Amino acid sequence: MTETASKPGQTEVWITGIGLATSLGEGLDANWAALQEKRINVDEKGFAPFVVHPLMPVTFDSQIPKKGDQRQMEAWQRIGVYAAGLALDSAGIKGNKDILSKIDMVVAAGGGERDLNVDTGVLTAEAKGANAPGFLNERLMSDLRPTLFLAQLSNLLAGNIAIVNGLGGTSRTFMGEEVAGADAARIALSRIASGESDIALVGGSHNGERKDLMVLYEFGDFNLKNKFAPVWARKDHAGFALGSAGAFLVLESKAHAQARGAKPFAKLSSVVTDLARRKQSGDMGATLEKLWAKLPKRAGKGAIISGATGAEPATSEERDFLKGHADVPVRATGTMFGHTMETQFPLGIALAALSISRGALFPPNDSTGTEIEMQGAPTQIVVVGAGHWRGEGMALVEAVS
Amino acid sequence: MTAPRDKLGRPVVVVTGMGIMTSLGNGKADNWAKLVAGESGIRTITRFPVDGLKTTMAGTVDFVSVDPFSSTGLSERMAELVTQEALDQAGIGAKADFPGPLFLAVAPVEVEWPQRRELGRAVGRPDFTYDDLLRISGGGKYSAYHHRFMFGSVAAYLAETFGTKGSPISLSTACASGATSIQLGVEAIRRGETDAALCVATDGTVNPEALVRFSLLSALSTQNDPPQAASRPFSKNRDGFVMAEGAGALVLESYEAATARGAKILGVIAGCGELTDSFHRTRSSPDGKPIIGCMNKTLADAGMTPDQIDHINAHGTATPENDKMEYNTTSAVFGDLISKIPVTSNKSMVGHTISAAGAVEAIFSLLTLEHQRIPPTINYDNPDPTILFDVVGNKARDARVTAVMSNSFGFGGQNASLILTREPA
Repeated sequence: MTETASKPGQTEVWITGIGLATSLGEGLDANWAALQEKRINVDEKGFAPFVVHPLMPVTFDSQIPKKGDQRQMEAWQRIGVYAAGLALDSAGIKGNKDILSKIDMVVAAGGGERDLNVDTGVLTAEAKGANAPGFLNERLMSDLRPTLFLAQLSNLLAGNIAIVNGLGGTSRTFMGEEVAGADAARIALSRIASGESDIALVGGSHNGERKDLMVLYEFGDFNLKNKFAPVWARKDHAGFALGSAGAFLVLESKAHAQARGAKPFAKLSSVVTDLARRKQSGDMGATLEKLWAKLPKRAGKGAIISGATGAEPATSEERDFLKGHADVPVRATGTMFGHTMETQFPLGIALAALSISRGALFPPNDSTGTEIEMQGAPTQIVVVGAGHWRGEGMALVEAVS
Repeated sequence: MTAPRDKLGRPVVVVTGMGIMTSLGNGKADNWAKLVAGESGIRTITRFPVDGLKTTMAGTVDFVSVDPFSSTGLSERMAELVTQEALDQAGIGAKADFPGPLFLAVAPVEVEWPQRRELGRAVGRPDFTYDDLLRISGGGKYSAYHHRFMFGSVAAYLAETFGTKGSPISLSTACASGATSIQLGVEAIRRGETDAALCVATDGTVNPEALVRFSLLSALSTQNDPPQAASRPFSKNRDGFVMAEGAGALVLESYEAATARGAKILGVIAGCGELTDSFHRTRSSPDGKPIIGCMNKTLADAGMTPDQIDHINAHGTATPENDKMEYNTTSAVFGDLISKIPVTSNKSMVGHTISAAGAVEAIFSLLTLEHQRIPPTINYDNPDPTILFDVVGNKARDARVTAVMSNSFGFGGQNASLILTREPA
């Protein structure tokens, strides 16, 4: 086992802001209400046979007031900028120039929403015999919107958040699918815990309503098709249903939060990540056990929020790992929100902090018995994120004592 | 003996291994010889047809074979080769067992045109929609493309090949990515999380769509003939950057760990700084404050003052705006000293290696410290009269160099600077 664990302890790190824009709604109350009602927003028809969790429409103007800014972004960026703005609002620092000018950002991002009409146009013209050497060049030069590139670049999610909100600290974008979200939280936590940073905006966003992404995941047969089922009930009908969501957190040292009178939702105690080789069955499960053991000792009322995707074999390996901890109530965000890739882990942390602050874990939503009821208020929630192909992460979110 | 900790009480971070590849060649020896000789690696593109493109040259790496070819595959192969060179020099760990994490600067990944065209042909009829492409993508025929076009695939491959520890981080801060990979490694060592880190940056994305994208933003030079003269940093007739490929790898260690194992120390990462510009997606704030702040933060991080910097390895892309802004901001930081500090842009010869540039130029800066010789800025025949840098024009210059500042600025308001020294301060 290798040590990439952050070593908090020097400074307690609080979660003082949460921003959510998901398929269930925008803001904490709407998402919490939907979870309580076990309401799932899933679309089996719009991208049939593929199943998606579409974004609940939001009014982007409220967080991205300039239409010009909105036009410079594609949906994945707009969702993220919107959620990031909600997180800053939630932390009470929106428009606070002193803090925003130094806030550090670690964003987990994919990228590249393509112009499907351009792609299809080139390919069909070629199928009809267009074969001049410069054909592709000429079509791209004439058909691509000049600013589309900026809407595709991974680090332009962070760039747009900075532009819209006037952020002026550091800005780092991590890529690498699911575990990028965990590593973003890990690095931000390490930097605050060690005193390198006082406050950070961490999160990601994903537009699941994208056929170009479905092609990529279809290469590996990872898409859920035809009919929705909870992630634990997909063993014989495996796959993930892409979801649209933005999830951002404001992480802050306890001292910094107290100095400005900010109240915590919870504290982020630890984030650990690893890269299982996944050569043999059981490799991933073994890595999850090691990460579990690396988290700080837990004696409180615990729960697990899993980002299991529904894709195999990762989901079965995670289910086997969870069976070893069957006394701990589990919730799978993939069932309710779909699979939001880089965003799933920050979303898990957000829901853990929200559950702790509201004094209850949200109810199970599962037909297999993997998820059990929980009585009483959780004080320690482990967020688990195992990528559909590579990368594993865990976080411990705890009640502030 | 120098202290194992810096002025701020943190572990001193040293470099014990370096590997590099650019359009000039493979490895430190070849690159350095050509760099100080003022050779250009920029040439007319032969990898794909350039008909219909405004820019037809680039600093491609054509001497590395990748089959089947993809930009991401080339990035991966270059990263592997430079990492091997760095590890051979550092002599750290064991084969496939590097004792620390990997921080990889890599261009954003997406399905590329050769694969998209393969899919288009597989539909098997002249009229189809995107849904038809989607319909035939599954079934396992293209499963290798899933792995190839995962953002994390290059890092996963390197981590498995070289046995780096923990979750490898793939990052992008646009044209500052290479510097950010080094900064993440420095921070991890300073926090005491690890004694060693592998920082790699790679970019093999000279492909038609990437060229078109930058062309549409009017960022590229169109002085195609001769290609060697296209990249003209600090010249009056500069007209944009030249896309290029390359990779760099650095083995970072704490001074204490490096000396304990008797490793040769190649240089010190004395300071790192970063500051976001929220002005515009592609343009710097007109007052230059974020860049000025970035350089000042870096000086503060190194515990140094401007008079201690005796060479600047500029971002120097040769876009009209960058070079002007870089001069204005640098002169604001260095004041009257600026006329006495030799400045050079490696991009005049190797082009702009985008995601790799920060690491490539950090390595060239360390080689400058080692050889006490500053590589030239070629094509400097028509100096911009408003840029009053002491540009090391056209011919390499011997100089006493003890501390180099290397700057990287990128789209999305990304600014990052490094200060590299020969010895711990």
